[in-house]
Amino acid sequence: MGQATSLVRVQHEDFDLTREVQALRQGDAGVGAVAVFVGTVRDVNEGSGVSTLTLEHYPGMTESALEDIAAQAHQRWRLNGTLIIHRYGELQPCDQIVLVAVTSAHRGDAFEACEFIMDFLKTRAPFWKKEQTPAGTRWVDARRADDEAAARWDESSPNTDRVRSSPAG
Amino acid sequence: MKITILYFASLRETLGLERESVEVPAEIATMGALRNWLRLRGGAWAESLVEGRAVRMAVNRQLAGPESLLVDDAEVAFFPPVTGG
Repeated sequence: MGQATSLVRVQHEDFDLTREVQALRQGDAGVGAVAVFVGTVRDVNEGSGVSTLTLEHYPGMTESALEDIAAQAHQRWRLNGTLIIHRYGELQPCDQIVLVAVTSAHRGDAFEACEFIMDFLKTRAPFWKKEQTPAGTRWVDARRADDEAAARWDESSPNTDRVRSSPAG
Repeated sequence: MKITILYFASLRETLGLERESVEVPAEIATMGALRNWLRLRGGAWAESLVEGRAVRMAVNRQLAGPESLLVDDAEVAFFPPVTGG
């Protein structure tokens, strides 16, 4: 495979999943697997209706945090490309929030790297969600389950991961 | 030492402050010391930065811990645990 691609975008605008994945794997015949995660806005959280979700972030740090997470994924797995798009500003239920797309030769690397990127993004990228509910606005609390999900990846060393055989697919 | 401090999300709202330039005494060398020093302002500062409360920190746009060193002209930030994705 050629030079691995690592793309990060932080934007208010929506994204087109098909177009983004097409661009990521364009012309790379070494790609045999594309894993994609899209996070969307739910209309209910913690038992309350959510009418608007506002995402705040730390311009400058957000981009470098996401680039760092992608770089770690490229170190741990054999990847052809990664793309992370995260939106900020006011969003409505059903809107897309985040896209993580990973390309690799085989599915094992793509699946795992995609989940790794999301787990680290949830605990390390400086974004904060504020919800508009019938009772007023409230900041979303961080969830312990997200910390636990990210901590799983510390258990195996990067070197062990790299040489692990991946099922072909 | 002169630094810039940024506050985000609920912390920014509680403190009513987004950014400030601060001249920090020489003995304040780490992020942990800076947090303790800011708490001395009392009121919302004492409450939101109290020990045990989950506050995340960054120095020059890198996640930092209480031992992280302050450097001259640093951009440091305090914010609640992140909730993106």
